[in-house]
Amino acid sequence: MSRLAVRKTYKLYVGGKFPRSESGRSYEVVDAKGTFLANAALASRKDARDAVVAARAAFAGWSGATAYNRGQVLYRVAELMEGRRAQFTDEVAAVEGLSRRRAGAAVDAAIDRWVWYAGWTDKIAQVTGSANPVAGPFFNFSVPEPTGVVAVVAPQSSSLLGLVSVVGPVVATGNTAVVLASESRPLPAVTLGEVLATSDVPGGVVNLLTGRVAEVAPWLASHMDVNALDLTGAGELAAELEVAAAENLKRVLRPEPDEPDWSADPGTARLTAFLETKTVWHPAGL
Amino acid sequence: MAKLEYAPAPESRSLVDLRSSYGLFIDGAFVDPVGGGAFKTVNPATEEVLAEVGEASAEDVDLAVRAARRAQARTWSRMTGRERGKYLYRIARIIQERSRELAVLETLDNGKPIKESRDVDIPLVAAHFFYYAGWADKLAWAGFGPDPRPLGVAGQVIPWNFPLLMLAWKIAPALAAGNTVVLKPAETTPLTALLFAEICQQADLPPGVVNIVTGAGRTGQSLVEHPGVDKVAFTGSTDVGRLIARAVAGSSKKVTLELGGKAANIVFDDAPVDQAIEGIVRGVFFNQGHVCCAGTRLLVQESVADQVVESLKRRLGTLRLGDPMDKNTDIGAINSAVQLERIRTMTDVGEAEGAQRWSAPCPLPDRGFWFPPTVFSGVSQAHRIAREEIFGPVLSVLTFRTPKEALEKANNSPYGLSAGVWTEKGSLILWMAQRLRAGVVWANTFNHFDPTSPFGGYKESGYGREGGRHGLEAYLDV
Amino acid sequence: MTTTVDSLAGRLDEITSSAAGLARFLHGLPGVDQVGADARAADLATRSIKTTAKATAIDLAISMIDLTTLEGMDTPGKVRALCTKAVRPDPNDLTTPSAAAVCVYGDLVGVAVEALKGSGVKVAAVATAFPSGRSSLPVKLMDVHDAVAAGADEIDMVIDRGAFLSGRYLEVFDEIVAVKAGCGSAHLKVILETGELQTYDNVRRASWLAMLAGADFIKTSTGKISPAATPPVTLIMLQAVRDFRAAIGRQVGVKPAGGIRTAKDAIRNLVMVNETVGDDWLDPDWFRLGASSLLNDLLMQRTKLKTGHYAGPDYVTLD
Repeated sequence: MSRLAVRKTYKLYVGGKFPRSESGRSYEVVDAKGTFLANAALASRKDARDAVVAARAAFAGWSGATAYNRGQVLYRVAELMEGRRAQFTDEVAAVEGLSRRRAGAAVDAAIDRWVWYAGWTDKIAQVTGSANPVAGPFFNFSVPEPTGVVAVVAPQSSSLLGLVSVVGPVVATGNTAVVLASESRPLPAVTLGEVLATSDVPGGVVNLLTGRVAEVAPWLASHMDVNALDLTGAGELAAELEVAAAENLKRVLRPEPDEPDWSADPGTARLTAFLETKTVWHPAGL
Repeated sequence: MAKLEYAPAPESRSLVDLRSSYGLFIDGAFVDPVGGGAFKTVNPATEEVLAEVGEASAEDVDLAVRAARRAQARTWSRMTGRERGKYLYRIARIIQERSRELAVLETLDNGKPIKESRDVDIPLVAAHFFYYAGWADKLAWAGFGPDPRPLGVAGQVIPWNFPLLMLAWKIAPALAAGNTVVLKPAETTPLTALLFAEICQQADLPPGVVNIVTGAGRTGQSLVEHPGVDKVAFTGSTDVGRLIARAVAGSSKKVTLELGGKAANIVFDDAPVDQAIEGIVRGVFFNQGHVCCAGTRLLVQESVADQVVESLKRRLGTLRLGDPMDKNTDIGAINSAVQLERIRTMTDVGEAEGAQRWSAPCPLPDRGFWFPPTVFSGVSQAHRIAREEIFGPVLSVLTFRTPKEALEKANNSPYGLSAGVWTEKGSLILWMAQRLRAGVVWANTFNHFDPTSPFGGYKESGYGREGGRHGLEAYLDV
Repeated sequence: MTTTVDSLAGRLDEITSSAAGLARFLHGLPGVDQVGADARAADLATRSIKTTAKATAIDLAISMIDLTTLEGMDTPGKVRALCTKAVRPDPNDLTTPSAAAVCVYGDLVGVAVEALKGSGVKVAAVATAFPSGRSSLPVKLMDVHDAVAAGADEIDMVIDRGAFLSGRYLEVFDEIVAVKAGCGSAHLKVILETGELQTYDNVRRASWLAMLAGADFIKTSTGKISPAATPPVTLIMLQAVRDFRAAIGRQVGVKPAGGIRTAKDAIRNLVMVNETVGDDWLDPDWFRLGASSLLNDLLMQRTKLKTGHYAGPDYVTLD
């Protein structure tokens, strides 16, 4: 008689912990063929609210850490992702209907992508900052600073590589994130949450919600304590979410018309999208 | 006897597995030198022999350069930046894992206090590899064009004052940029470079990417003059830097030099005094003064000079000189008999020139090479001890009346590596920083290093920068 | 420095007789660079104090403790238990030194005096509307009077931080002078509440202000807010007493209080004293540690040194 597996319970990841939805609801996640995979937590607006609170609470510490420290922490995440390669591959293969080989390649790319972002923490300031030669006896410099709490609607199709590609730049730059995972393919996101929880990432820096985009995203888009909104996975809802975001003038990253090729070089656009520029003047004189 | 005497707090030597002899590291393996030459490396605190180390002849250097060339052409240049970066990340992580062992070995071979190896040197080494690991796949954004190429094979010669850190400053950016290297550590401090070679093996670094050729001046010369080297990087004395500049003249070799200094540490009357004292101490007595960017000229505003010097002497009375392996030691051994002789000669000169000499009253151990923290007052720019690099724990104190005078005196030197400015007035800091002819200006701090922060000199302190985005330029064909 | 400290002794009256003079003096003191001060404190914390040095440091630390209870729910019973502990911290080892003092609210001084009679352990009372200091001067002085009358050996007063932060330095000064007068023969510790002063420049200025006004001790904190006694703050206060003695010729003590929970913290404080001001201050008459749970950690460390194995909380008394 073969051994019965102990199945994983897929919960939310908020404030460094794994709560079920406060609404007590869940929804079925099925594989590409429609077979039942798991019940995922169905996040409510209150879960989203709590996640924003957690992200805000974590912002001072995360943005105040040295870039070196953030880089170290993010690299550690990659180490642990590598350790969970098999589990990620299973989940990606299942939800995306890929062969193990192709799922494995996507997982490898996701890990490498995460390493790429880990290496940006202490360099983005050197690439985007400057000392400005103003016409006067002043020292003038511009530095990038994280904008704050970023709400992210993760890509619907690419359940791990796409997810990592939208979360990595947010946290590498010192922002904290509330991420709404792919609605139909949320399982790798939950496993990513488990990796984050065991890797020195302070609680609240990344918060992962699973559920219905149409239900949860509007609450994030209109939330007055969210500073920026990444609408990558918002599809048809993007325009109205952008309208809601205008209330407190969130910085909005619009989705591309089609799901991007996540394997391509990301460039720095996603890093600079969530950075403010601060310019400081100081006289130079006796 | 003081009420609170610190008991000995020795770090354990057994953390390091010292071999009795070491070969060269060429093409991924440890090999004996072709000519069988060897030299001994000594613990400067005790004068005991630590190990015998292979001496690389011109032939060995040739083998190493060829190995580096093969590795560059066949493997390293064909690898994506991403993969190169991952090797560097591995190396950084292993350095962190073996950090205690590396710190002990560095202290045994160099003589610097374990507190410094442990808290300053080794953490910075890991950080340098970490930082440059991240550049390997981001060169397109480094400001050198969309696809900057490496130079090829780098020949690197490093000094004995921060052995493993100088190695990190050289190897990390070189590899990140896609070059392969042949590095010669200083003859008095080869051991951590050889342990680093082991770490490269542990990281599965492809053979030939890093090669370590131990030896003295002749080995360095062979390396610098080898026609197969595309890039020469040297840190050491200005005298040798000159020789190298002449040797590469007319060739296509690119060269960067990080040479000596005689930095001015300028203290104004409104300086945060207690922190300025710490800055003066850190500036010239950290690492026994074996620091090219040491603040060896204290330029103190005349109105507060007596007070500052008195406070400084009081503070120097709490420095602990002795066994570098004791965790409470602040001042370790002078690196070699040769260096000790140089320091003694120069301090004798200082006395003969008429400056007033004061040394901290710390007892010196019987064996080993030791020199107490020493302060010369009443020094003027015309004194040799104000112009020539001593490279030891010797401070020359000069005075000034106005900021302009401080600036003039600070810049009045063939060197231009670093400078310090101590004042609470922000605009004065920036005014001075803009006008000081030095590659590194420290304001209200001193001797602070970071992998993201470019370091290098003006004038005879050399050319080229190490660290930061700027540090990549030396290893790219731009 | 923009004022030379040497000429200070002769100018004291001029400095302390007018608000403007006092402000000029305090603002003319050298600034403190926060990053540098933090770095120096961190560097001192790397000292490795082992074996014989550790044993000496532990006993010295125990003898410097002002064992403290300052709770609304304090009762005579609680105070008596604390006094017993202060006199004999470890009933299993009578070689353990006694604490320096017990620190209580003014209305429980009588109980402490009675319990400590003949022991050599002093009674310190907090006063002047501790911890906030927000009350009228007559009320504050009455607070002091009652404690002194009940037999307190030492008074721990709080400065008026509101007055200090709004620049009314002379008011703060005059209050300290008045309290000192009310102390009689009792020693005065002046609590700066450094957590509320927030900048190191303020800590330096408040230290000098308190010493000029006659403080016998300057104390970091009430222990009621965080941050309390951090190493850089204690370092700056040690530098201030060093400079004050050099300028005026009078020695003032230092008491960090609050946040010192482990033997390691205590020993780090002693290292700071040792390397900043030296032997003259390494004595309970000139350096105190305001703490409560610290004592048990010191006892556990002491036991470990004697027996060679780690101790546990069951083996120290909870009072």
